[in-house]
Amino acid sequence: MITLGKVRQRAESDAKTHGYYLNPDPNFLGDLLEGLKRNEERYGYPSCPCRLASGKFEFDRDITCPCDYRDPDVEEYGACYCSLYVKKELYEGKTPILPVPERRPSEKQARAYRILAETPAEEPSGAAVVVAQELSEITLRLWYCKQCGYVCFREEPPYVCPICKAKREMFAELKIRTDA
Amino acid sequence: MRRSVRWERMKIAKVPGKNNKHKVLMYAISTCAWCKLTKKFLKDNNIEYEYVDVDLSNIEGREKIRREILKRGGSLSYPAIIIDDKILINGFRKDEIKETLEI
Ligand code: SF4
Repeated sequence: MITLGKVRQRAESDAKTHGYYLNPDPNFLGDLLEGLKRNEERYGYPSCPCRLASGKFEFDRDITCPCDYRDPDVEEYGACYCSLYVKKELYEGKTPILPVPERRPSEKQARAYRILAETPAEEPSGAAVVVAQELSEITLRLWYCKQCGYVCFREEPPYVCPICKAKREMFAELKIRTDA
Repeated sequence: MRRSVRWERMKIAKVPGKNNKHKVLMYAISTCAWCKLTKKFLKDNNIEYEYVDVDLSNIEGREKIRREILKRGGSLSYPAIIIDDKILINGFRKDEIKETLEI
């Protein structure tokens, strides 16, 4: 079972690795860690507490904490979308912590509304369950970074290359052909 | 461990308050700290409001919420606060909320 202590520890060590700080407000921080724990319990992975998860990991991979958008957001706004991770100036209170605009592409966000991975546990009997099949299709593909050669297998390329920090546009689909 | 979630189509919760001058409806995510802060702010200011936790709504409810937000020119980020059925504020923007609610 995932504990709050474990969630906190994970965030702390990740902040340290990247030179970030965790939100200085103990109540706000506690709410975010609680949210991450809750998401890990209900979805099986720590989806971003401030975003709508689809419940399908492959689809939510870019918003699984720490999300794809954290580093560019901390760089531009001093905080990630949820303000879990912040820069030193914000941690020290020199700069106020304000809401950060959503960087996740809107088409991707919109699709999350039509995907629901879990079948309702207590759906009242007789109620129709709507499953938008064609909209929930997730195709995994191989992508490579043209700058450093990093390869990943996911729905779309990462927002930035985790290795060399190249932008998403530097990624191309990798097609494997086997010639007989 | 996966815990089952109880899905509702779209459950609207009502929080009573002395100030009901404006109609306030907030779309929120149950785990979101910014949404919690907004709920607390409204309560502390005695504002009567209603809210829906989008992540606890089922697929039909989510579709409806998505359309309601986009229709008003908002974006799909939370909290999304709709005041008097027309003004939409995305995010806990205190000054904007105060100004619109005249507090
Ligand atoms: S916005 Fe912050 S808390 Fe949310 S997933 Fe990204 S890094 Fe984690």
